[in-house]
Amino acid sequence: MSIFGAAVSARLFSVIRFESIIHEFDPWFNFRATKYLINNSFYDFLNWFDDRTWYPLGRVTGGTLYPGLMTTSALIWHTLRKIGLPIDIRNICVLFAPAFSGVTAIATYYLTKEIKDSSAGVLAAAFIAIVPGYISRSVAGAYDNEAIAITLLMVTFMFWIKGQKTGSILYSSFAALFYFYMVSAWGGYVFITNLIPFHIFLLILMGRFTSKLYVAYNTWFIIGTVASMQIPFVGFLPIRSNDHMAALGVFGLLQIVALGDFVKSKLPPRKFKIVMIVSLLIILAIGIAGLFLLTYMGLIAPWTGRFYSLWDTSYAKIHIPIIASVSEHQPVAWPAFFFDTHFLIWLFPAGVFLLFMDLKDEHVFIIAYSVLCSYFAGVMVRLMLTLTPVICITAAVALSKVFDVYLDFSSAIDPQRRNLTSLLSRLIVSGTFIFYLYLFVFHCTWVTQTAYSSPSVVLPSTSPDGSMALIDDFREAYYWLRMNTDEDAKVAAWWDYGYQIGGMADRTTLVDNNTWNNTHIAIVGKAMASPEEKAYEILKEHDVDYVLVIFGGLIGFGGDDLNKFLWMIRISEGIWPDEIKERDFFTPEGEYRVDSRASKTMKESIMYKMSFKDFPILFNGGQAVDKVRQQAISLEDVGTLDYFDEVFTSENWMVRIYQLKEDDPEGRSLKEVGDFERAKGKLTKKRKITKPDLTLRV
Amino acid sequence: MGSKNTTEMKEKKESNKAATSTASATSAKTQYIAKDFQEAYTTSMKSYWDQIASNNKLKLIDLFCAFLVVVGIIQFAFVCLIRDNYPFNAFLAGFIICVGQFVLLISLRLQLLNPFEGIPKNRAFGEFVLASLILHFICIHFIN
Repeated sequence: MSIFGAAVSARLFSVIRFESIIHEFDPWFNFRATKYLINNSFYDFLNWFDDRTWYPLGRVTGGTLYPGLMTTSALIWHTLRKIGLPIDIRNICVLFAPAFSGVTAIATYYLTKEIKDSSAGVLAAAFIAIVPGYISRSVAGAYDNEAIAITLLMVTFMFWIKGQKTGSILYSSFAALFYFYMVSAWGGYVFITNLIPFHIFLLILMGRFTSKLYVAYNTWFIIGTVASMQIPFVGFLPIRSNDHMAALGVFGLLQIVALGDFVKSKLPPRKFKIVMIVSLLIILAIGIAGLFLLTYMGLIAPWTGRFYSLWDTSYAKIHIPIIASVSEHQPVAWPAFFFDTHFLIWLFPAGVFLLFMDLKDEHVFIIAYSVLCSYFAGVMVRLMLTLTPVICITAAVALSKVFDVYLDFSSAIDPQRRNLTSLLSRLIVSGTFIFYLYLFVFHCTWVTQTAYSSPSVVLPSTSPDGSMALIDDFREAYYWLRMNTDEDAKVAAWWDYGYQIGGMADRTTLVDNNTWNNTHIAIVGKAMASPEEKAYEILKEHDVDYVLVIFGGLIGFGGDDLNKFLWMIRISEGIWPDEIKERDFFTPEGEYRVDSRASKTMKESIMYKMSFKDFPILFNGGQAVDKVRQQAISLEDVGTLDYFDEVFTSENWMVRIYQLKEDDPEGRSLKEVGDFERAKGKLTKKRKITKPDLTLRV
Repeated sequence: MGSKNTTEMKEKKESNKAATSTASATSAKTQYIAKDFQEAYTTSMKSYWDQIASNNKLKLIDLFCAFLVVVGIIQFAFVCLIRDNYPFNAFLAGFIICVGQFVLLISLRLQLLNPFEGIPKNRAFGEFVLASLILHFICIHFIN
């Protein structure tokens, strides 16, 4: 219970330090979808066609999302209302992740209890409650699929272990039902789909087949598969895609093995061996041929890109730039392991070793889990999240084993067998580990409050007198959009900001974080990388009214659009290799520069112009330095912008919004208008925004 | 132990295939292996008949299993014959429910033969009913 409390309260740092607000990018979409769900019926939600994103295509939202998260929170909302507690849906969404992490701790306790004993369970629950690797995705406000998915992952595994241990149909059915819930909540369900068959497969190879396994796996598989097909987004994938074939294969294998088991019990061993080998060879040949044939005939979809990138880390980089452009899909850096799990990371191998020592069926499961996950976490940062629970479990097993031996002071109390050295060693060892535990708690608290509690929408910084200041440019800009633009205005921005614009500004976007249509994203990238006339043409074709760019050069915000610019170029180069060339944006020396030495193509792109428009003027003749790239920008570098009007720039210049100009009534091109006006000397600078406080830095 | 009715069919098929596939090899060896299969087949069959002769419940379960297999094959053949699987979900639901119920029956059968520790036969039956209900509920939902 107290662990539940700790798990929840540790995640509330963000609310205390900032406010009750949804974080990041994806949660904004989930939040918007939840609002839609509680205002409409469930069937409306499943058939929801969203015409406010992916303009002009729209998005079949109901069929392309995992509805578990939204349904759960809507359910909570309705229940609370029924019992007379009307709570704002935003608060439910914000506090959703902490509440569910409490449930995770409980599930982890029961899972570890099945693995070792209840003392290990308590330790594991305590670890998972405060380990930073998990907190990073479940602080208050991180209203994302992962928040609920890890909970479901643990619950499913717990029921699976129980079912597999007892052979009970009931537990396996529960595992299947929670598997269904998991499928409805997160795309990572494929992990379970492969891990459980893998476990069974290992056990069969080790010659540990029992009828319990047969009962548990078949019940789970058949109910889980047919249930997972109920989710519109998953559909017929479980029988079509190769990701799910392992489960199907093991299902078939298990039938054969069960049959073999029966025959074996009736035959003398020697004869059985011959029969078995011959029939195995035949079945294997038929199976492989069948698989090839089906894939060849196109009945089974080939593996998806994300899956390939798991095996070949450079696959995505070569073939699908959009996957590689997401920082979550990058390999994890080694220090991150320590940062996220602290001293558990070196207890982890020890725990795995201890599990090897008495290798029971359920231990095989944990070992398979840890081996697979260690590899996957090395490939993709976001999979660190699935590794963290198993680290906690194995570390708890190791630690509780240590405590079992060294915290046992019964011999020391017994006067006949008193032994000073043994007492001393016990004290030292257990003292050391308790001290480590203390350090761990300290580390977790520190990491949580400094690193993982900031909602990336609002940035923390320190003002000159050392007090904390918040940079709130994003919300300022989105609020401006909401208040000052037409309700049907279309905003073009890079896809990272699509969900936020949809959620906070409530305006139609061209592309968003769903990234289902690579070409559409490439169009926006192309527009950003093109010179003015061409960009204007592209944007007009798509009815765009406003263009939004993120510029961090003034306050040193690293994640701005100029730094993401290379990805825009790469993605659009993938579609139009003739028109956009990555090489053109580098200096002849092959450097990515934005100052006077930047290439001509670079300077002509509207991304460059929009980011730096009027930037040098801000410094009153002094040297204008882009603080992100540490390069000086001079007045001559920044070309004129004739087709776009600057309509809004936020306080720290982080968000700049431009409007597309109307056609000239006299039929001239806008470039001619601009030249004409300049010649008349009438083009006075209209900027009147006060100079921001330059000492403000992140 | 395992699915008896399909078991027999599978075994027959296997022995046939084994016989044909190794036909090119030395005939003596083929004969030898074929004889082994023959023997395996007869012993399994015999013990199987012994098994169900003594237990009416098992007979019932096996009849049900056979029925499910027939229904499943009919559905599959139908889809193959009309060469169109348009309401794919309906076919899938129908087929999966056969397979699923079959597997659940076998699970129950295993437990009736040698009850697992901690799960008495009656409880096994109760769990079986519950799982079947869940399965049917989902499949009916899937049929539309």
